[in-house]
Amino acid sequence: MNFGYRINQSSMIDLDRASKDIATQVLQYEPSFAACIGCGACTATCSAGRFTPFNLRRLQLMMMRGQTDKAHAEAGKCMLCGKCQLICPRGINTRNILLAIHRLTTP
Amino acid sequence: MRERFIYDPFVLPFMLGFIFIIIYLVAGIINTIRELPYEDRKKLGKSIFSRKIFVSIKEIFMECLIHSRIFRRNRMLGFMHMSIAFGWFLLIVLGHIEVQLYCPDRVNLPYFPIFFRYFMMETDSTLKGALFFFLMDAALLMVLIGIGLALYKRINSRLMGMRRTTKLKMGDRIAMYTLWAIFPLRLLAESFTSGISGGSFLTRGFGLVFESFVSNEALIQPTWWAYSIALGAFFFALPVSRYMHIPTEMLLIVLRNAGIKSKRTNAGYGNIELYSCSRCGLCIDACQMSAAARLDRKTTVYFMRMLRQQKGDIEAAAQQCLMCGRCVQACPVGIDSCRLKQNVRRSESFLSPAQYRYLPPTETIRTDVLYFAGCMTHLTPGIGKAMQTIFERAGVNCRMMDEGGGICCGRPLMLSGQEKSAAIMIEKNTDIILQSNAELLVSSCPICYKIFNEKYNLPIPVMHHTQYIEQLIDKSAITVDHTGLSVVYHDPCDLGRNSGVYNPPRQVLHQIANLMDTRYEREEGLCCGGSVGNAVLTGDQRRKIARDALRKLTEEKPDLLVTACPLCKKTLVGAGSQPVEDIAQVVVKAMG
Repeated sequence: MNFGYRINQSSMIDLDRASKDIATQVLQYEPSFAACIGCGACTATCSAGRFTPFNLRRLQLMMMRGQTDKAHAEAGKCMLCGKCQLICPRGINTRNILLAIHRLTTP
Repeated sequence: MRERFIYDPFVLPFMLGFIFIIIYLVAGIINTIRELPYEDRKKLGKSIFSRKIFVSIKEIFMECLIHSRIFRRNRMLGFMHMSIAFGWFLLIVLGHIEVQLYCPDRVNLPYFPIFFRYFMMETDSTLKGALFFFLMDAALLMVLIGIGLALYKRINSRLMGMRRTTKLKMGDRIAMYTLWAIFPLRLLAESFTSGISGGSFLTRGFGLVFESFVSNEALIQPTWWAYSIALGAFFFALPVSRYMHIPTEMLLIVLRNAGIKSKRTNAGYGNIELYSCSRCGLCIDACQMSAAARLDRKTTVYFMRMLRQQKGDIEAAAQQCLMCGRCVQACPVGIDSCRLKQNVRRSESFLSPAQYRYLPPTETIRTDVLYFAGCMTHLTPGIGKAMQTIFERAGVNCRMMDEGGGICCGRPLMLSGQEKSAAIMIEKNTDIILQSNAELLVSSCPICYKIFNEKYNLPIPVMHHTQYIEQLIDKSAITVDHTGLSVVYHDPCDLGRNSGVYNPPRQVLHQIANLMDTRYEREEGLCCGGSVGNAVLTGDQRRKIARDALRKLTEEKPDLLVTACPLCKKTLVGAGSQPVEDIAQVVVKAMG
């Protein structure tokens, strides 16, 4: 009998086990990443975000949680147009972060 | 004039160096031509037997010897380069003429003209040689003055009109010191010999002075040896030094005039460009990253050296560039270093185009004129609105291609080397443009304008809004009044230097405002610092460049700074309290 329900895959993130290696490397490569306050200005202005639920804030969260595979797929959606960088109130070098995430998470 | 000897062992260091450099150069030329693609080789072959070769010869004379491009930029520096290069050239040519005239049998000895004064002696009957004595001394003096200035430039480059000069490495230093040594040693050798060989105001004069306190005869051999060793050492150091530009630049000029351009790799033509870089350092002062953000070591000259020596983090060096083209503009050799950097960037492509599957299917917009605002215009909506007003007033059937935000034009991806990803953007946007049946594409963003023009292969014309507005005013589709404002126009890099659109914005501004002159116009236009060409520059460095550019542009205190690029506008607005507007906004004001 199918009632249209199914069991979701666990989305639990074990922060003790999550590897933050790549997040640390990205931070080393682009230290301004640490200045993010998660205000969401980048998300609001994102060119890609108009077509798909892509946003830099979520990407940052994924990095911090060690969800490297997911982050890799996400980072590739960016069109590098640079609007987020101009809008960022913290002067974060967003384009470099995206390139760094992509480069460092490429298997 | 009579021959004393035809050989002396001191010619050996020179001859060894000479044979080495000839073999090296011939091998280099053959290798380069082999690296050229077939069509380019055909072009080169054709150009050699056409009128183009005369153009090349003239250019070689004007650039390699007279250095006219450096002269135009900086007279003192031009004089320094000219006196060394042209003076040396004269010494060589006059030396060969002397051999032809006085001992034609020795023409086939390559060392003979170089050490002519040692091998020949003056007899009473050769007064006619006096003219050559004088000319040779004059040429030598010219070179010595140039060397003196070069020495002085190393101590204080500002006096030669350069804020900074290139920091040299070992190979360059050895070659430079030997080059500096060659001519004073020649003067000494010829002076000591002048009692026998004769000489003019310089060599004979020095000879007489030396005679009063040293025994000239005893010093003849050692100084000729030293002169020969300096020449030989210079030839051996040449391939690892910046002075390779002397022979390579000639080849570069011939290849360039044959219509050859380097394509997607730096082999062949690109390699010749690398070797033609004389590391003169003119690009250091031209670069705003160096002038405003103190990134001297990130300038083009150091990138070129890294690329030529294949040392250091070349990719990082290629990324650290605004791609504004100011160094290309300043380069006296005409090296397109931005393209060399782009080739390096491209080799590091890693984004996967598959990730852009989310892009929506093409929606059909039918219109006469298609307006592409560009991502940056969406951040400065005033420009988009102004353009809408202009379209309405002109009664043009126009639709916006990226209403509410569209697909990026692809140039930022392209500039970061991700060409496969950029191709997806190009394909998507091309679809929209083709389906619209539009007769014209207008863009407000010079970044998009450049890629539309260069990479899109569109069947319809593309215009930047400055060109479009000029056309509308010319056709009287819109009428404008003079606003009485005094304005300075800032040339956006991608519109001015990189696309060659200088006049339309000026034509428009002349009709609506008092356009003031600045030192940073047209080819000398400044980058605002916001460039999408550089992903690694920090926010702080960008701010420094923007502030510096704004300060320079507003030296004359205009009422308004006008630009034609949404990115420049956004960057310059944030750099100070100066009012900055896009040309479209000023035009709307002038329409009343």
